[in-house]
Amino acid sequence: MAGRRAISALWDLLLQVGFFAAVLRVATPLLLATLGELLCERAGVLNLGIEGIMLLGAMTGFSVAYFTGELWLGILAALLVGALFGLLLGLLTVSLGLSQHVAGLGITMLCTGLSFYAYRLIFGQPGQPPHIEPFQTLPVPGLAELPWLGPVLFDQVPLVYLALLLVPLLAFLLYRTPWGLNLRAVGENPQAAASAGVAVFAMRYQALALGGALMGLAGAYLSLAQFNAFTFGVISGRGWVCIALVVLARWDPWRAAGAALLFGALDALQLRLQSSGAFGLPYPLFLMLPFLATILAMALLARSARAPAALLAPFRREER
Amino acid sequence: MAAPLLELSGIDKRFGAAHANRAVDLRLDHGEILGLLGENGAGKTTLMNILFGLYAADAGTIRIAGQPVRIRHPADSLAHGIGMVHQHFHLVDRMTVLENLLIGQPGRRGRLDRAGALAKLASLGERYGLRLAPERLVETLTVGEQQRLEIMKALYRGARILILDEPTSVLTPSEADGLFRALRAMAAEGVGVIYISHKLAELRALVSRVVVLRQGRVVGDLALTEAVTDQQLARLMCGQDLAAPTRTARAPGPTLLELQGIGAAARGRHGVALDDISFSLAAGEILGIAGVSGNGQRELAQLIAGLVPPRRGRLLVAGQILRRPTPRQLRRLGVAVIPEDRLGEGLIAGAPLAESLALARFHEPPFSRHGVLRLAAMAEFAAAQIAAFDVRSASPGGRTGALSGGNLQKALLARELAFGPRLLIAAQPTRGLDVAAQAFVHSRLLELCRQGGAVLLISEDLDELSALSDRIAVMHGGRIVGILPVAEADRTRLGLMMAGQAAAA
Amino acid sequence: MSRLRLEPRASTPAWLGLALPLAALAATLILCSGLILLAGAGVLPAYQALASGAFGSRFNSFETLVKAAPLVFTGLAAALAFRARFWNIGGEGQLLAGAMAAAFIGSQAGLPGWALLPGMILGGAAAGAVAALVPALLRLRLKVDDVVASLMLNFVIYYAMLALLDGPWKDPLSGYPDSPDILPAAEYPMLWRASRLHLGVLLALLAAPALWFLVRRTTFGFALRAVGDNPRAAAHAGIRAGAVLLVVAALSGALAGLAGVGEVAGVHYQVMAGLSPGYGYTGIVVAMLARLNPLGVLPAALFFAAVATGAETLARTTGVPVFLADVIQGTALLCMLTALLFTSHRVRWQRRGGEAGH
Repeated sequence: MAGRRAISALWDLLLQVGFFAAVLRVATPLLLATLGELLCERAGVLNLGIEGIMLLGAMTGFSVAYFTGELWLGILAALLVGALFGLLLGLLTVSLGLSQHVAGLGITMLCTGLSFYAYRLIFGQPGQPPHIEPFQTLPVPGLAELPWLGPVLFDQVPLVYLALLLVPLLAFLLYRTPWGLNLRAVGENPQAAASAGVAVFAMRYQALALGGALMGLAGAYLSLAQFNAFTFGVISGRGWVCIALVVLARWDPWRAAGAALLFGALDALQLRLQSSGAFGLPYPLFLMLPFLATILAMALLARSARAPAALLAPFRREER
Repeated sequence: MAAPLLELSGIDKRFGAAHANRAVDLRLDHGEILGLLGENGAGKTTLMNILFGLYAADAGTIRIAGQPVRIRHPADSLAHGIGMVHQHFHLVDRMTVLENLLIGQPGRRGRLDRAGALAKLASLGERYGLRLAPERLVETLTVGEQQRLEIMKALYRGARILILDEPTSVLTPSEADGLFRALRAMAAEGVGVIYISHKLAELRALVSRVVVLRQGRVVGDLALTEAVTDQQLARLMCGQDLAAPTRTARAPGPTLLELQGIGAAARGRHGVALDDISFSLAAGEILGIAGVSGNGQRELAQLIAGLVPPRRGRLLVAGQILRRPTPRQLRRLGVAVIPEDRLGEGLIAGAPLAESLALARFHEPPFSRHGVLRLAAMAEFAAAQIAAFDVRSASPGGRTGALSGGNLQKALLARELAFGPRLLIAAQPTRGLDVAAQAFVHSRLLELCRQGGAVLLISEDLDELSALSDRIAVMHGGRIVGILPVAEADRTRLGLMMAGQAAAA
Repeated sequence: MSRLRLEPRASTPAWLGLALPLAALAATLILCSGLILLAGAGVLPAYQALASGAFGSRFNSFETLVKAAPLVFTGLAAALAFRARFWNIGGEGQLLAGAMAAAFIGSQAGLPGWALLPGMILGGAAAGAVAALVPALLRLRLKVDDVVASLMLNFVIYYAMLALLDGPWKDPLSGYPDSPDILPAAEYPMLWRASRLHLGVLLALLAAPALWFLVRRTTFGFALRAVGDNPRAAAHAGIRAGAVLLVVAALSGALAGLAGVGEVAGVHYQVMAGLSPGYGYTGIVVAMLARLNPLGVLPAALFFAAVATGAETLARTTGVPVFLADVIQGTALLCMLTALLFTSHRVRWQRRGGEAGH
């Protein structure tokens, strides 16, 4: 009986427009960070710094916006700091050829420590965490009034539109431009790219800087558009989930959008379930859902996934 | 007189302690096909990589059509019209033919110039007879087609100078003929070709002048006429006369290895399935396995080494049927293995030499007792093998990866021969070794046979196979096309069989 | 025109083994001094406060040792796994699994008193092992990247623990998310009267040499190193890499689990949300700093424990945020990783040649 009631409640939920609008909101940071990670991996570098870079982006974006009152300045700062740590990862894994696994984890640890340190230094230990006035929705004139589609797609904050536009843009860059072809070649066979005159290191640095910037942006979205504040748990594993989303998306921007929306839906669903106290289960079980789903998805798909062939392999120009 | 197309003078290059090129001078004219001859390790590939901008020379000058140029990156050499076909192809497997041509090329208004590329591709087909479907994925191309794509890449970029590094080692004889025709067509249009090889017959067919390198130095620059004998060239190349290994006919002993209709599934993306493989190998015998690279030789070696179980057929070692052989079981039966990739499959680059040498038997005495390692025994064994096989600049505690190719092979041979094997599987045992080291390996293989052992010798070097083997089996597409006694195995016949034609003749 | 060039080294001089971690630590402390200045404190006084907070008194030193114990276990767990190229980032989750198992067994009044401690140790180790076997099996059977799988599992286990604390283990009276206390007989005995120096510290001290012996002196250790260094050569030598990986995963997880047992039986006597301040992740840094040598794990763990306890004093006395410890951790990991390059390569500034003219 209770089961049937729960299922019908779930059904009602899925029919609400508000749920789908929420899916898009929750999926946006996942999409931004997934696209960032995808760029890095397409160039042959696994960026495990993602979790930390997102956190640092969230902290930097929030602090700058808090003191300047300009949300967009916060966004800019998050982009810059993300790019900076992407470049640092490049120094370690591209120029020095160090283990991408360990260097990435190190970046995450460093960024995590820096975020906490800087936040404590700036804000001390207030009883109530400081808030900012977040991004407001920007209805697209004409389209926002459409039934159903309007509120879901065209009545969102600007960053959601930006994330959605990034998908075709990145797909175009990767598949239709010389820059994208060279980037993919560098990730598949850097030796071949080098002998065709492509500057392998430069391409990898570019991918890491751009990818890092997107990760920083994803973090800033969380503190400036979703939670309106910075908390130590603001990322809590979202970055790691994005690593798996890239595999799920098979390194393709379009599929990345699908994967991010799927996990956004899962996240939105678990938030609703949590707040509705459904099934009388302890709420942490719902928090666990995205991580369980990630493991499951990887277990189903990892065997058939083909990562860029040069992923994890350092490229040294001159060595015998 | 017009300036030569390309002129190198005083090129010098060191890698740490190794002096790869010493004051090398070299000249190439318009429309000339120049042979660059030298042993493995003579510095040919290094020199060409410098010319191509992959390595930076320590000293020296490069002139193109009389103008001094700086080449610091492949992009520079491409801009100067230098194209290179490497021994290991530089292609992206998961991209199409067209995409591979476009890598590193400027676009049209920021986008990839597909239409322009297609037009250029068509003109290459008309001028040199080089044709490939533009949308095919590189991983679906045969090795010969991949090489064609490499040449097309160079011409697509407007190469006036084309360098080919050992281009025929992966080709069947008829594919090689096609390559020669294309090269001559290019030369007729004024393209200069540098053709790197150590195969004398091939050079005679194609080039009019050779430059010979030895130990990084130019030791000869001569017109390749009838008057120049193979002996002269070999002496220039090696600094000594080549002593052919002497094989004495032996009465075959009992059968040590027998395969009856063995089949195995293909593994991995580039794997080859083995199909209906049957042969036997008797004590005192060397059976050679010939074939173009990638026709199942590697898979056959792995199967007999116990890494891949047979799916069909029977495998008998010393008369015992093995259904699912394991490496340890085979070792107990006296099988030793020299894998194709010495450092990748045989030894451990990062470990001390003593551990690399104990790797095959660390789990049993004398190297361990009751699960506890005996480091002293391992060091003692390593020291003894280093002395016995004359492994240079090695110590039991030194890093394995620091040894040179020849010394690595000696170390591996020492380990595999140390416990008196009856059967040795040797895959490409002399690839990349200098003449002295090759001779050493050959003598050890022959000695094993004299002592009643047997050798399965897998090699892509037909000269080596002819010199050592009693019989030669040829593989093609995962099958054995035929097995010939060495007396009947001339080059033409082997060449036809390597191309897949059965030994009907 | 000059540029950085890396040249492979023929052999590693012995002194480098000791000099590199020290150089990495020195670089870390120098790099982090900028942050101390930002906080308005003096660099030397701050590091002095850090040191005296860690070792200034017997109480402080014991506190540092108590913090070092779980780091030794998680450090050994990472060192063992990484040596076999099993990227076990799941030390945190395995620690929590061990802690939960220990808290469960330790509160069973039905068990005889003498069985409690051995039961907790075995149960905690087993729980950690099972948690580590999941990513190992996923990698072996389904080719799932072990880094991602073990990381995800940390979150799954953490939320499972919160669910337990919010559900069956919730204190019915206070409503606090704390598990019931373990029985007094289940507590680790103290090594020193009236201190917090518990048995787990001694166990950690003994575990390091034991693991060193396993890795360096036994045939199993030989096999796991071979699998880590060159899996294809190991296969040729008849080593079954899959079996080795599973045993390594189980051992690694068990060690991390023991870290959790120690926190429950020796420090908190219960499980709560803040049981581990990231000991599992710090263990990775400890292992790297130790160059994956189990004996090196002891000083490395002591260092990070000292930074953690010292940073608390530092924060109280100077206002430098306690999170300096986290920054030092991350920086140390990156510095050590860079320093390791010097064991296999030498770095040279080289003038460019090969150009027209001389």
